[in-house]
Amino acid sequence: MMQAPDLPLWAAIIVGFLVLFGSALTLLGTIGLVRLKTFYDRVHAPTLGSTLGTGAILLASMICFSVLQSRPIIHEVLIAVFLTITTPVTLILLARAALYRDRTEGRGNVPADSMEKKQHRD
Amino acid sequence: MKRFVPFPLLSLALFVMWVLLTGFSPGHVVLGAAVALLVSRVMLLLKPEPATIRFCPAMLKLSWLVLVDIIRSNIAVARIILFRPKNRRSDFIYLPVQLTSPYALAVLGIIITATPGTLWVQHDPQSKVILIHVLDLVDQDAWITLIQNRYEKLLMEIFE
Repeated sequence: MMQAPDLPLWAAIIVGFLVLFGSALTLLGTIGLVRLKTFYDRVHAPTLGSTLGTGAILLASMICFSVLQSRPIIHEVLIAVFLTITTPVTLILLARAALYRDRTEGRGNVPADSMEKKQHRD
Repeated sequence: MKRFVPFPLLSLALFVMWVLLTGFSPGHVVLGAAVALLVSRVMLLLKPEPATIRFCPAMLKLSWLVLVDIIRSNIAVARIILFRPKNRRSDFIYLPVQLTSPYALAVLGIIITATPGTLWVQHDPQSKVILIHVLDLVDQDAWITLIQNRYEKLLMEIFE
């Protein structure tokens, strides 16, 4: 098996670009956590890292190890699948908790709980 | 067939996962098959609502649309974080949906939340309305028609 320094130049350029791009995007998502002002705005920021950021890094990993071992390595796809189906659960839970808190404390600029009142009546 | 493999798709997914994780050695293919057949039976205890999934071109089309939209909105949200435009307005919108299958709704929830810039917040099964938070809301009706035409129609084809 070849080691990382043996990576041919074309592959090294692609892998390097993808890793940098993915990690830059993930970093940007975390910067967004600081720069955006309200909680609901902030929830959007980390999705940059969990979608395209992760995607680029995983693609880089697939290309790197497929070239090094001269056979297709695709088990990174599993990371993408599991991340895609689990991250929304966390984000939705966080947003719902925030919404519940804002509604019970009567803080403004959240939609009225017309939905929840209806559910209680049933 | 149904008695031995109650959840063929789940078994297949488990098997593929096992084989991908362990590499393609014959021993692990056999072991993975055994795990897939036995473990998927655990789902019988949960008695999930039977899902109707139609394998049709709509699936490929939906995957492609989601991929394109995720890349596009990544760029859009990255721009918002970097440049903080002054006139940006984020707000909640109510989105009426016709979907009733919990699986279709789950997929829609994943799509909306995984796309940066939109977030699924609440769903009311009685009035069939979804509450969505949008990071950069320009035109509320445009968002509603976009989601209805782009995703909901395809999800209807696949699940209902």
